[in-house]
Amino acid sequence: MALPRDTAAVATYGDHEVIMPENKLRKAVTTKPYEPGEEDPIARAEMALAELSTEFADWMNSECERLDQARQGVTANGFTKTTTELLFHAAHDIKGEAATFGFPAVAAAADSLCRLIEHTPDQNRIPLTLVDQHVDSVRAIYREYARSDASEMATLLTRRLREVTDEFLISENRDRPEVLEHIIGGPSIAPE
Amino acid sequence: MVRIDFNRLRFLVIDDNAHMRRILRTLLHGFGAREVHEAEDGATGLEAFTHFIPDIVITDWAMPIFDGLELTQMIRQPGANSNPYVAIIMLTGHSEKKRVVAARDAGVTEFLAKPISAKGLYQRIVNVVANPRPFVKTRTYFGPDRRRNVNPSYVGPERRKGGKVDLIKQTPLLDKVKAPG
Repeated sequence: MALPRDTAAVATYGDHEVIMPENKLRKAVTTKPYEPGEEDPIARAEMALAELSTEFADWMNSECERLDQARQGVTANGFTKTTTELLFHAAHDIKGEAATFGFPAVAAAADSLCRLIEHTPDQNRIPLTLVDQHVDSVRAIYREYARSDASEMATLLTRRLREVTDEFLISENRDRPEVLEHIIGGPSIAPE
Repeated sequence: MVRIDFNRLRFLVIDDNAHMRRILRTLLHGFGAREVHEAEDGATGLEAFTHFIPDIVITDWAMPIFDGLELTQMIRQPGANSNPYVAIIMLTGHSEKKRVVAARDAGVTEFLAKPISAKGLYQRIVNVVANPRPFVKTRTYFGPDRRRNVNPSYVGPERRKGGKVDLIKQTPLLDKVKAPG
């Protein structure tokens, strides 16, 4: 199955084709030496991100506001397709962004809310109190981030949220062993 | 020494979150890229893909209208667009095994779990540029070869059937592969 890496080629087999497309990205591979000051592109990118980081607290705040608004939508209208998606996306974005924005301890509470929404077969059975507890925890962890015991507080809150959420999810999915496996589940296999 | 000249690559970043788009743009410019186009959902992303003909697509998974997985499936249609072989890096907060497998089976080239780091993104880009994988076309799959490594300890049936003597009639893709654009 060895095909040339930079020129187009196709090998046809019994039930499949193996295609080596023309490598159009080859143009970006160069042996030209670095110019002074551009030796380490990762460090340059990190520096650029550090310059941007003055805005991160505001961004985190606006993401927390968005989560709160999504919660209010669920409170007012219940779990419709739209309100559920808005709440899930708001929590999911915080889960993915919090560490980048410099608030890594916020991510776990947001992740717990994502799990609650994603693994509940009928979202209308989710107690609104549990949603409130998640949203309020996310906002509290962010708001109190400057406190010296913020990390311990976040760990405690998140652990308790996770316990209550797991208990609810296990009960709701007692007849769905394949989902239970995901809930109790193994570690992520996503590459670092 | 081999290195990547980011200035020669055209990127398309698709994410519904404006903050994440700004971060990606900042990182890519930091690497040296100049051409970075943005789209805020899958549908707009597909249009931008057709218009800008990017070298590398970086897409979020969870987006309105249609998501990053559906976008990947739309791009990975041989003959349906100018570059079904484009490198697609999926950047997502989803990191569960079933999600990674679903992304792989949709034809994603590289998977990058959030939180994003400069190093993680750089490594994925270098990998798609310097170590391109062949594509495999079957009746149910078209995308980068999902077998990254040969596993000498694998025990089980070979799921890919037939040698070169067992040719079946298929429309050759070589002409499309060679087509400019």
